[in-house]
Amino acid sequence: MSVVVLGVGMHPWGKWGRPFLEYGVAAARAALRDAGVAWTDVEFVVGADTIRNGYPGFVAGASYAQALGWSGARIASCYAACASGAQAVDIARTRILAGLCDVALVVGADSTPKGFFKPVGGDRPDDPDWLRFRLLGATNPAYFALYARRRMAVYGSTPADFAAVKVKNSRAGSLNPMARYRKPVTAEEVLASPLVADPLRLMDICATSDGGAAVVLASESFARRRGSRAPVRLAAVSTVTPTFPSTILELPNFATDSCAAVPAPERPFRAAIAHAAYEEAGVGPEDVSLAEVYDLSTALELDWMEDVGLCPPGEAAKLLHDGETGLGGRIPVNPSGGLASFGEAIPAQAIAQLCELTAQLRGEAGERQVPAARVGLAANQGLFGHGSALIVTT
Amino acid sequence: MTLAIEGWFAVDEDGVFLLGTRCATCGTVTFPPRPGLCPNPRCDATSMETTRLPRRGRVWSYTNACYPPPAPYVAADPYVPVTLAAVELDEVGIVVLGQVKGLTVNELEVGMELELTSGPLSDGPLVWMWERVS
Repeated sequence: MSVVVLGVGMHPWGKWGRPFLEYGVAAARAALRDAGVAWTDVEFVVGADTIRNGYPGFVAGASYAQALGWSGARIASCYAACASGAQAVDIARTRILAGLCDVALVVGADSTPKGFFKPVGGDRPDDPDWLRFRLLGATNPAYFALYARRRMAVYGSTPADFAAVKVKNSRAGSLNPMARYRKPVTAEEVLASPLVADPLRLMDICATSDGGAAVVLASESFARRRGSRAPVRLAAVSTVTPTFPSTILELPNFATDSCAAVPAPERPFRAAIAHAAYEEAGVGPEDVSLAEVYDLSTALELDWMEDVGLCPPGEAAKLLHDGETGLGGRIPVNPSGGLASFGEAIPAQAIAQLCELTAQLRGEAGERQVPAARVGLAANQGLFGHGSALIVTT
Repeated sequence: MTLAIEGWFAVDEDGVFLLGTRCATCGTVTFPPRPGLCPNPRCDATSMETTRLPRRGRVWSYTNACYPPPAPYVAADPYVPVTLAAVELDEVGIVVLGQVKGLTVNELEVGMELELTSGPLSDGPLVWMWERVS
């Protein structure tokens, strides 16, 4: 028994300045249309929460259910920072696998303020996320920059390598009608953009965006009854935590765990996230046709390529420069254009990744289609030890 | 002398120290201090003792904030870019992030030795900072 992705839908990403509910509802209706399912036939709806829009955003499941029209469906809401969408997918999948429902709708959407992400407002000295701004001025890009600088020291990566990631992703994004940034950029433009957190420049770092994404998940038997041919299967959802001691400084922490008493695990957190998904799906990195990874910064895409096993540590830049990770290459990475082209709309992004994987496996990705895509992997990481990976197969 | 946060670091005649906690059972160390359960999942100790962390370590990585960080950070006017370093304290197997005093990113290198000090946030209270070894 497996769970299938019956429908996918998105609201175009951008900076539209409208309420997040509008984006979520538009994405949900698109996914329902794509699935051929009426809203009133949905038995379970899960909303991935947004935390910057007040009360309705904290209970996203009910907000979307009300906006679509109360239907008596069962609901859930969840927040797991950047892994929120994947956890919402996992909740729906688990309920279907348990036999408690046949068809579920998962929605995530956000409206973001301009500039750096900030902690939740008010005087909050017991909140580490608030404290890292207050005491250190450590923004999210500062952490991405620490990883980038470390990569330069350990593997000899250069700002030109990072810029090449942006060039590749902007080219893919230019072919995606849902992406916010549709203009291909050059390495010179990236390297001439203002420094934000040395060594990362403005065009190395993903923007904050508005956007929405939704999927309709169903049991295999429901899909069969609906006459769905060759459905895309959700083969794995990994939501593992780090294993103690986590020795890479993680957002928003002040320090790593100590490895004084227990040695660092063989598989660091990001690698463990993908590994758990591979184990569950029964596939390995060699089977992957395309990967959507969390390019919060250009440098992080190189880290992730190694963490999900597309190449040995230190060799991501070579794979990139050989053209293997671009469209037309052996293993396209972020064929959607990635966060470089979309920007962050936190509760929507893991769901958007699943939308892209599904479109690719269906052969419906248009000009950015990866030929003969059979296995798709998506991975991301959120605050406070949240991570997620999804694997879909034909 | 107001500290920006109580109980995370101490300033006395011996210098500036980060205050962590140490598990008497397994030796695990934490920063910030964590008085409750030992974070080692295979250790069942339920209380951690306050400990002073080593004052010197090697740069794991570093960066700066070229744009003023948002509130609750209080940026100086005119803004001076904040330099940050994540420093590896070998004896306790931990990497600790802090602002850097008196050095820009161009003067830092991964692996370079730094020492703990303190310095004021732009609205006055003191916070721990890393500086060049004296």
